[in-house]
Amino acid sequence: MNDQGDHMTDQKPFVDIQHAQKSYGALEVLKDINLQVQKGQIVAIIGPSGSGKSTLLRAINDLDPLTGGEIWLEDKQINKNLPHRQYEKHINLVRQEIGMVFQHFNLFPHLTVRGNVTLAPKMLKGLSDADANKLAEEQLDKVGMLERIDYYPSQLSGGQKQRVAIARALAMNPKVMLFDEATSALDPELVEEVNLVMKKLAEEHMTMIIVTHEMSFAESVCDRVLFMDQGVVVEEGPPEVMFRNPKNDRTKEFLRKHLAGQHR
Amino acid sequence: MQKVFPFFLEAAWITVLLSVLTTILGLILGAVGASARLSRFALIRFLGAAYVSVFRGTPALIQLFILYFGGPQIGIQLDAFQAGVIGLGINAGAYMTETMRGAIIAIDKGQIEAARTVGLSRFQTMRYVVLPQAMRLMIRPLGVNINAMIKATALVAAISVVELTYTAQRFIGSTYKPFEMFLIAGILYMIIIYITGQAVSWLDRKARIS
Ligand SMILES: Nc1ncnc2c1ncn2[C@@H]1O[C@H](COP(=O)(O)OP(=O)(O)O)[C@@H](O)[C@H]1O
Ligand SMILES: [Mg+2]
Repeated sequence: MNDQGDHMTDQKPFVDIQHAQKSYGALEVLKDINLQVQKGQIVAIIGPSGSGKSTLLRAINDLDPLTGGEIWLEDKQINKNLPHRQYEKHINLVRQEIGMVFQHFNLFPHLTVRGNVTLAPKMLKGLSDADANKLAEEQLDKVGMLERIDYYPSQLSGGQKQRVAIARALAMNPKVMLFDEATSALDPELVEEVNLVMKKLAEEHMTMIIVTHEMSFAESVCDRVLFMDQGVVVEEGPPEVMFRNPKNDRTKEFLRKHLAGQHR
Repeated sequence: MQKVFPFFLEAAWITVLLSVLTTILGLILGAVGASARLSRFALIRFLGAAYVSVFRGTPALIQLFILYFGGPQIGIQLDAFQAGVIGLGINAGAYMTETMRGAIIAIDKGQIEAARTVGLSRFQTMRYVVLPQAMRLMIRPLGVNINAMIKATALVAAISVVELTYTAQRFIGSTYKPFEMFLIAGILYMIIIYITGQAVSWLDRKARIS
């Protein structure tokens, strides 16, 4: 999409998902998924509800561990086979490098906006109160939430909460950001403020994997779009092809239904 | 009649002391029990569950009798007051285990996920995210446990701890006034329970504001 994307494609992938497989008992929700994301690339995952989008995203930071396959971030395997204690140590370090934003924000209600953003940097990076505050102010300024730094989450709108959640993730200086339907729980008029923050991250070449139902947003910021259905990647390609001229019938059907729904 | 009042006041003090010590022991055992019930090791979970079923599944009076009368047979020598505190404390701990566990598992899974995704360990997540929220939820139900436990302190009269109920019974013989004696004990219990209830409400309000 951008000139950077092109020459980077021949490099070793930044996030590399190989033969990802996930079953809940007899139910196979991810079937041999392969996904390579280059540094600075932005990938959108679309597809009907229940197709496994969240499961795939949550496998990347091991919230829902895979039952088969490998996930790599740069030269580190994320889902390594290690004894419990070592694995916990390993995964806690890996997770510091992967930011995640949830549909329902999941802000800590007992902490102020400042407390939400500074908790992990203080606990994990040993930042002093002063340094953590400075970091929080920078990140909150970036998402336009600096004036609300001493508010509690319950005093914020959904869009504001989500922007704070993004700042909380950014405060750990992650290499990759994962978004799981970050705007689906928002009132329509609050979607744009969150989209703007995500666009800003895109301009800064943050590597992002975005599960979304917002096709126009996906089209405007993403380098690549994956369409998932029933645990497989049915089709993938650049947004202009995927949205304007998809080849697969299931993709066409999904987009037709979805776009029809959006106009109502 | 007036002659009995000092004895009742002293007995009320014993009841308060019993209640305070039993609450402290109950809270400690409740925290240990809840941790056990939520452990990732099946054996420890089983031990936690067994503790709860045994002590909630049998009368507190039987537990006290086993400890006080049966204890010496297996080498546990306790005076009546000690047996009362330990017996009631273990009993209250079983109820408090369930209260604390309930408050902890009531915290939204999304909170734990959010904490883990920024890299916090299981322990840090518990300490800085789950427990501060669960504490607020457990104040009221723990208050209910404490209320039940204060009333259960009356049982230790049966192992002759000189607390309110025992004192009321003791003066029936000399005064021939069972109605008045038990009424005095009842009123004193009510005062103790009322003050405790107010303290719990105050704590609960304070936790909600902060
Ligand atoms: N914990 C779970 N136990 C059993 N089935 C699950 C669990 N989580 C998700 N699933 C199933 O996995 C499938 C994919 O879910 P999900 O990844 O949430 O889909 P999407 O995000 O695309 O809507 C669904 O059929 C869902 O019911
Ligand atoms: Mg989902």
